[in-house]
Amino acid sequence: MKNDENLSSDDKAFSTAVETAPLNDHNVNTQEVLKPPITETGVIGWLKSNLFNSPLNTLVTFFILFCFYKIIPPFVKWAFIDSVWFGPASGCQAGEGACWAYIPSNIRFVVFGLYPAQEQWRALIAMFIMVGTVVYSRKRERWNTSLIYVWGFGTLLVAILLKGGLLGLAPVESSKWGGLVLTLLLSVVGMTAAYPFGIVLALARRSNMPAIRTMAVVYIEMIRGVPLISLLFMSAVMFPLFLPEGVTINKIFRAQTAIILFTAAYIAEVVRGGLQAMPKGQYEAAESMGLNYWQMMRLVILPQALKIVIPPTVGVLISAFKDTSLVAIIALYDLLRTCQSTLSDPKWMGFSNEAYIFIAGIYFIFCYAMASYSRRLEDELSAGQSH
Amino acid sequence: MPKIKNAEANYLYASALLRGAMPKDNNSEPIWTNATFRARVYQVAAMSLVALTAYYLFTNTLANLEKQSIATGFGFLSREASFEIGESIISFSSSDTYLRALWVGALNTIKVSFIGIILTVLIGIVMGIARLSTNWLVSRLAGVYIEVLQDIPILLQLFFWYGIFNNVLPSPRQAMIPMEGVVLCNRGAYFAIPADHPAFVWMGYSFVAAVVVIFILRKWAKKRQEETGKIFPILSVSSAIIIAFPLFVWLIGGAPTELNMPVLKGFNFEGGYNVSPEFGSLLLGLVLYTSAFVAEIVRAGIQSIVKGQREAAEALGLKPLFIMNLVILPQALRVIIPPLTSQLLNLTKNSSLAVAIGYPDFVSVSNTTISQTGQAIEGVALIMIMYLTISLLTSLFMNWYNSKMALVER
Repeated sequence: MKNDENLSSDDKAFSTAVETAPLNDHNVNTQEVLKPPITETGVIGWLKSNLFNSPLNTLVTFFILFCFYKIIPPFVKWAFIDSVWFGPASGCQAGEGACWAYIPSNIRFVVFGLYPAQEQWRALIAMFIMVGTVVYSRKRERWNTSLIYVWGFGTLLVAILLKGGLLGLAPVESSKWGGLVLTLLLSVVGMTAAYPFGIVLALARRSNMPAIRTMAVVYIEMIRGVPLISLLFMSAVMFPLFLPEGVTINKIFRAQTAIILFTAAYIAEVVRGGLQAMPKGQYEAAESMGLNYWQMMRLVILPQALKIVIPPTVGVLISAFKDTSLVAIIALYDLLRTCQSTLSDPKWMGFSNEAYIFIAGIYFIFCYAMASYSRRLEDELSAGQSH
Repeated sequence: MPKIKNAEANYLYASALLRGAMPKDNNSEPIWTNATFRARVYQVAAMSLVALTAYYLFTNTLANLEKQSIATGFGFLSREASFEIGESIISFSSSDTYLRALWVGALNTIKVSFIGIILTVLIGIVMGIARLSTNWLVSRLAGVYIEVLQDIPILLQLFFWYGIFNNVLPSPRQAMIPMEGVVLCNRGAYFAIPADHPAFVWMGYSFVAAVVVIFILRKWAKKRQEETGKIFPILSVSSAIIIAFPLFVWLIGGAPTELNMPVLKGFNFEGGYNVSPEFGSLLLGLVLYTSAFVAEIVRAGIQSIVKGQREAAEALGLKPLFIMNLVILPQALRVIIPPLTSQLLNLTKNSSLAVAIGYPDFVSVSNTTISQTGQAIEGVALIMIMYLTISLLTSLFMNWYNSKMALVER
């Protein structure tokens, strides 16, 4: 105890010294203050301490610069100088460089798939609503009950816009949905449905009832043990066998179900981590207030547990978004598949690099945005913890 | 009412009562307010719901199968496969059975996963350390590598590399030869390998022998160190053993140096070791994608060791190598191994995407089997069993590792 007091008084003395230090500046002739040598500050100082701070690092830096010298000029020549940006495919065949003309010529099909051309504005608005709802939900002060209504309303609007047949909109078969629209639909709906399902699974796994716990464990471990593609195969070739005669469910919905079942198992494991991290006192305090199980979970445990697992949850959502590309294998026209099918057109056949770089850019932007959001949130939350 | 001695026991009893874990004294309450009773009802209800759904789906499936006259069961496995498989470790022809075809697929899955895991761990460690480099250029490049490769779907990366093999690399006649004995063309990559010689088989055996010897030596060295405190230079001795054993056998075997070079014959290359475009792009995609995640894990693992550990070890006068081996690594590995295992398991599961670029892995062969025989349920079940087995074995290993590595606290 005594030591502590000594320490804190020392601290105080130290901090007063620091605070008073600048005051002394007024007394010192500014001419006499020695500036740090030029080799330690500015560009040179930075180079010295970050690139050439040891013989080995100097060697490595020169090696990397040499690689840059070898790689970057040819790449710039290919991507920018010799490249063709607009015009038909015939303009590209002659050139040596990249054929970016692929993008303006194919972007409509890559983004909208087989969606009828004169109705594509609907798909565009639907996309904006989906992205907009996600962007709207990013702020923590908006995480309340009204957010559920925003999502419900958004989903309804998207469904009406895409499907049509209402409000004078021409109906569009779901087999015609495709491209980026389908990718966003599969991931946004997949995430929204998988999240609550995952929470229920996590609660079941933490339950006191052995039968329910066992079922949850078997489900979660089984799903996590198999690759997503096996579930997608199941949705493509086995689901039709499960249904009674005459009942058919469309392919998109079946794939969507597989994605939800798959993602939920991963969400469940993340949420379980949050539940386990809750101190026992929180459960006991809630119980001693006379709350029943669901009240305790809804009002006390889940709001805290879900908050601490936001970063890994976003991680799961990012992989879910990337994993929607797997539906291309079961012949659904998502972003990857529409891009691929443009490449089977003889005109654009040799330009797979340009095409794949283009859609890689689209995937990257979405994933990077989510990842940096998660990092920012993590900082905010950990800042909240320490105060 | 049990005798309550203090406030804590009183509280425990009360909370147990609230949870319904203890019988209450008066039995006048109706049975449905009893928590134990309700828990039983919930469980029975949930189980019957699952069982009914399963029964419903099962009967539907049986009816559908009967209508489409598809036989159930695994009898089809012994029928003739009548399809060719592009690459295989064991011999396979179209007159072999489906069972053998699936076995070929499983071996191909194991092959790509095994090589992939080794390369992924190596590149991941290098990239993870590079991310922490004091050299700004190195750490930034590693950062870009990690960020870009993590954020692009693996399937897209596979297509990209496959596209490079098919569209960018020239035909065999105009093949690129970056150095003697290495050929790149749209039929894949060819490498010169030492020509067949019995000495190489014996070198393989001697390598295995070297590994066994090192294993025993390590155990002995560790035991001796714990008993006497003397440190055996295990790293240099084992490196010497692992090089010397095969080298010695090679010299005894007549030191064969003849190479089997890839040679252009007609429209294709012959000889050398061929990496097919399918295998090459699958391996490249899997390794690059997974190594980005592994790099992050390695970085986090190294950063998790507080600076004081290194300083304390230095204060004890340990040499840098011992600081790494005895203080830093054992602690960092405890943080690294669990997520690393799950990433390597992911690599194995992602190798199933081979089906998209035509590498004959287990899923790919099963898929062909399903479309030829119509045995969808059996096919999907086989895929699931295969991967579940791998996952289960991995988690058994993880449990063993965790129990071995668990901190022994006083």
